Amino acid sequence: MATETENIEQLTSQDYKYGFVTDVEEDKIAPGLNEDIIRLISSKKQEPEWLLEWRLKAFRFWQTMTPPEWHNVSFPPVDFQDIIYYSAPKQKPKLNSLDEVDPEIKATFDKLGIPLEEQKRMAGVAVDAVFDSVSVGTTFQAKLAELGIIFCSFSEAVRDHPELVRRYLGSVVPSSDNFYAALNSAVFSDGSFAYIPKGVRCPMELSTYFRINAAQTGQFERTLLVADEGATVSYLEGCTAPMRDENQLHAAVVELVALDDATIKYSTVQNWYPGDKDGKGGIYNFVTKRGTAFTNAKITWTQVETGSAITWKYPSCILQGDNSVGEFYSVAVTNNRQQADTGTKMLHLGRNTRSTIVSKGISAGKGQNTYRGLVRIGKKAKGARNFSQCDSLLIGDKCGAHTFPYLEVRNTSSRVEHEASTAKIDEDQIFYCRQRGLSTEDAINMIVNGFCKEVFRELPMEFAVEAQKLLGISLEGSVG
Amino acid sequence: MPVTDVAPLDALTDACEAVRRTAPSPGGIADLRRRAFERFAALGIPTTRLERWRFTNIAPIANTAFTLAAPADRAAARVDAAPHALTGAGARLTFINGRYVAGASDLAGLPDGVAVGSLAAALESEAAPARPAVDTHLAAEAAIDGEAFTALNTALLQDGAVVHVPANTVVEQPIQLLFVTTPPDGGAPVMTHPRVLIVAGENAQVRLVESYGGGGESPYLTNAVTEVVAGPAAVVDHYKVVRESLAGYHIAAMHLRLARAASFSSHAVTLGGAIVRNDADATLDGEGVDCTLNGLYLANGRRLIDNHTTIRHASPHCSSHELYKGILDDEARAVFNGKIVVAIDAQKTDAKQTNKALLLSEDAQINTKPELEIFADDVKCTHGATVGQLDEDALFYLRARGLAEGQARSVLIHAFASDLLNRIAVDSIRAQLDDLLLRQLPGAGGGSFEVGGDGLDEQSG
Repeated sequence: MATETENIEQLTSQDYKYGFVTDVEEDKIAPGLNEDIIRLISSKKQEPEWLLEWRLKAFRFWQTMTPPEWHNVSFPPVDFQDIIYYSAPKQKPKLNSLDEVDPEIKATFDKLGIPLEEQKRMAGVAVDAVFDSVSVGTTFQAKLAELGIIFCSFSEAVRDHPELVRRYLGSVVPSSDNFYAALNSAVFSDGSFAYIPKGVRCPMELSTYFRINAAQTGQFERTLLVADEGATVSYLEGCTAPMRDENQLHAAVVELVALDDATIKYSTVQNWYPGDKDGKGGIYNFVTKRGTAFTNAKITWTQVETGSAITWKYPSCILQGDNSVGEFYSVAVTNNRQQADTGTKMLHLGRNTRSTIVSKGISAGKGQNTYRGLVRIGKKAKGARNFSQCDSLLIGDKCGAHTFPYLEVRNTSSRVEHEASTAKIDEDQIFYCRQRGLSTEDAINMIVNGFCKEVFRELPMEFAVEAQKLLGISLEGSVG
Repeated sequence: MPVTDVAPLDALTDACEAVRRTAPSPGGIADLRRRAFERFAALGIPTTRLERWRFTNIAPIANTAFTLAAPADRAAARVDAAPHALTGAGARLTFINGRYVAGASDLAGLPDGVAVGSLAAALESEAAPARPAVDTHLAAEAAIDGEAFTALNTALLQDGAVVHVPANTVVEQPIQLLFVTTPPDGGAPVMTHPRVLIVAGENAQVRLVESYGGGGESPYLTNAVTEVVAGPAAVVDHYKVVRESLAGYHIAAMHLRLARAASFSSHAVTLGGAIVRNDADATLDGEGVDCTLNGLYLANGRRLIDNHTTIRHASPHCSSHELYKGILDDEARAVFNGKIVVAIDAQKTDAKQTNKALLLSEDAQINTKPELEIFADDVKCTHGATVGQLDEDALFYLRARGLAEGQARSVLIHAFASDLLNRIAVDSIRAQLDDLLLRQLPGAGGGSFEVGGDGLDEQSG
């Protein structure tokens, strides 16, 4: 908790600290989107024919779609022809070891606190680092391979494990799912792929770190995580981008497949550049995340959303198998002019499926925070159980908090509960802290951290610490 | 079912023209009807593609060519209306097939200055006591540019009830507004578009019971719009009872504007109707307003009941409370959508919303969507929604004490509903509603009720 002097100084002076740009030679293609661009991306990545066909099919479908307008965020229409769909740091054709990664890029990740050199890495986390459109390095691959775990960039997976990719790609989020998922399916450049074999408990946290560097580009990564029967894996995702005046698009797709008895825990700390105080610049974060849980499987989504000018994201669970479990824990912070429309979908299909939703929204400045969720209990989901709680905290009188939960129940043996509350930080609480010598800023930090505790305790340890700090930074300057 | 070959929309257009030709149109009323019709034509009948109608499929209404109901003859009217009236109320206005029937109404015993009468009379004569209220407030709250059905009601504006309670006046006895449709047997489907305007001046107090009923087995449509304007510190208690026939469709919108320190409460009890849609839209337009919207609905068979509420906290220091409870059996479907909007300066708002549904059958469906839209920081807003079934332990407890399974279930279902009825302040109204409820509860016959599901979900939100 930020109670020491240094942290206060850090808080009061801190803006977005990941806003630097790395000067590295980029291999960029021209802006614009058409079939030739997709063919170009595919050929640059030396992809097999079936994947190109898959992309083109998605693209043709995307052309028939219109951007969704039901969300509670507003932004000028995105010109999809003005985006560079592929940008990669120039490099030798093939990397044999991490030592060959461009020192500039390595330095970038060092600066972000993500050293790619394994020996320096905090024990127990394997990292796949994605720089603009490509993965620049994955650590601990050899050690994981001993257990049969595949953890690599998406491109490598396409090359080395096409059968797995082909089997599961699009099985959870079909390319026709929604506007941005279709766009991603057409132009996705890289991302992470992990496969945990039967009965294996992954010994370390798997992690992907996404970095947008080049200007005018969009990042379209694709993550596919397959936990085979009885496997267990915990996966972390982090992201940052330089400060720029223009808005950049990030449209990712994450697919999780938890086969029978498998457990997947997916944690995100999203800290894309949120734009400046007047809402200039920042990332548009339009992400589709979904997991399918088969019999007795469990999927947990934990997210801390502090960045991005606009967040549009609904990590969802399809509880297909009997007794499967879905969980969603979220903290979303909007400050200045940030807008977030986020939540989850829990689709109960199997019997005795259970889901828990805990969503904490914090709005400060002129931020607008929306929780949008769906709990659907299917007719065959006998004995299904859902508990949802979404709380909002408002700091300042210019922000807004919104909740749009949908509850659809189709049988009688299930129970669904939904609770929501909205409140501001109690002046008595601040007074109490002030009386005990805490500054107002610290008091607020403490209260907000307490508000988010239910979610933070679901995060892996290192992430929880990071998230608490991030929260303090995001809210900096909102007290007045 | 429909015996006419006329397309549904053409039938509505014809009806609108007929009203425009024949009904009295003082002031801007003719223009209002015309604009409303244009608006309706532009909007069309809502489909499930619209967010507000997403779960409410009204195709049976959209596909039926309704014609305006013909006025019933007086003697028959009295007989038809009788079973739908609540006893113990004071003044009563009765409308049969959408038209005021003086012979079945009773306006005695109202305090001086209180204007209660039919809208048709107020439109016809400038001397009508209710005319000033109509001139000032009619169509001011229920905007025609929102819902298509409100526009349609306005386009067909003809008759309805006007209640005007001047400042500092207290009406002791509840005023009953009774709307009954008697569709001709085997005849063409008919429709009525009742309009209710309630104006309470500063410090005025009034209680109203708005009842809708119908007979016969032919389909008919009631498309009602109610406008309530409560002045500063006025107290308005509103009760709505929907007992349409099992072939009747009921679409209603209630628009409220509540001034400083006004207190408004509404209890909507829906017992009948094949498709029922109740919209309530309240604007809390002054400090210290207290607004309560409660509802109870009972659905069985293949009926569909939809309650949409919107409470707009436009001013600081207001409180609102909502409790909606539903009991669903057979293949019934229910929709609840509760929205609370807190405007940018409405600090110290206290808003609470609770929605509970009891599912008694495997085939029943509920879609619930409680929404909060908050733009102020110093507020307390909560909503809770639960869906569940009867508690096995409670059932066991009762059965251990010798109650048959059916009886035990009835007791528990009644208890679930009573929670809401017990909030009704007027004893006579509560007792009569309770009586109606008991007659209609599943398993009321005792013992024959089928068991489905287990466990309960009664945790509060």
